[in-house]
Amino acid sequence: MTGNIAILGYGLSAIGPGIGVGLIFAAYINGVARQPEARGMLQPIAFLGMAITEALAIFGIALAFVFRG
Amino acid sequence: MSILAAAVPADYEAPGVSDFWQPLIGSGSTAITRACFVAVISVALIAWFLLATTKKKALVPGKGQMATEAVYGLVRNGVARDLIGSKEFLRFVPLLFTFFMFILVNNLFGVLPPFQFPTMSRIGFPIGLALISWITFHVVGFRKHGFVGYWKSLVPSGLPGWIVPVIFFLELITDLFTRPVTLALRLFGNMFAGHILIVLFITGGWYMLTSGGILLPAAGAVTWIFGFVMTLFELLVEFLQAYVFTLLTALYIAGAVADEH
Repeated sequence: MTGNIAILGYGLSAIGPGIGVGLIFAAYINGVARQPEARGMLQPIAFLGMAITEALAIFGIALAFVFRG
Repeated sequence: MSILAAAVPADYEAPGVSDFWQPLIGSGSTAITRACFVAVISVALIAWFLLATTKKKALVPGKGQMATEAVYGLVRNGVARDLIGSKEFLRFVPLLFTFFMFILVNNLFGVLPPFQFPTMSRIGFPIGLALISWITFHVVGFRKHGFVGYWKSLVPSGLPGWIVPVIFFLELITDLFTRPVTLALRLFGNMFAGHILIVLFITGGWYMLTSGGILLPAAGAVTWIFGFVMTLFELLVEFLQAYVFTLLTALYIAGAVADEH
């Protein structure tokens, strides 16, 4: 079996942001379900949080390409 | 699963990064690639569609005008007005609408025949778009707050003095580095990975279908069904990525023009 360990590393690095993005949108859905009129206020916060959390996974894929060897 | 994996002969070549380099005219760094070609076609198509649907503005809109108005309304009201605020949003609507249309059409070309090549899977295109966004929200911030005032506005007011340098440093990294890099790489990564996944399902399924026996063709058929499902999923992701790029650009602009941080 041949392959690249960097890809495995990327898979591992995607776990954390995956859970994080899930938590953010779970909280967002919860908030909108409890208070539908707050959707406009919650949406930018949720997406900004997603952008910051997802950044970690995105750096992961960049590093997987950089350290391909 | 291991039996299947062992049964797939070694001469199947999985799709890779090199498959996305498709020069049509010329070679090397000056080549006109398939991505360039698709991007030019998308611009021509968008221009034609928008002109054709808005030339005769009717009070009771036709189908084309309705579609254009829906997309424009989404960007203008759903993104720009809600995020930037009703005072200053109007001058950013053209930029945001251009971003949304360009990215959306180019992404949809990733699965639509006869193009079937996502422009944004070549990293140069997302970098260009992210640079435009990055320069825009900084210039807007400088104009609003002045050169020194803009850097000051990065730190929220009312913090204890000793923590201000730390927060300023973190915000500076976010502003100058993280935001543009993640904008570009998010778009690139989603388009690249999604396209490679579809290609893997389709070519792998074809290989298994034609490799003989009973088990492998059956698995190949299932793979093809999954390829179809992934294509539908790609359509969703493509729309979502165009929306997220526009939304984040609007958010960053909103942060730059905000009075109080």
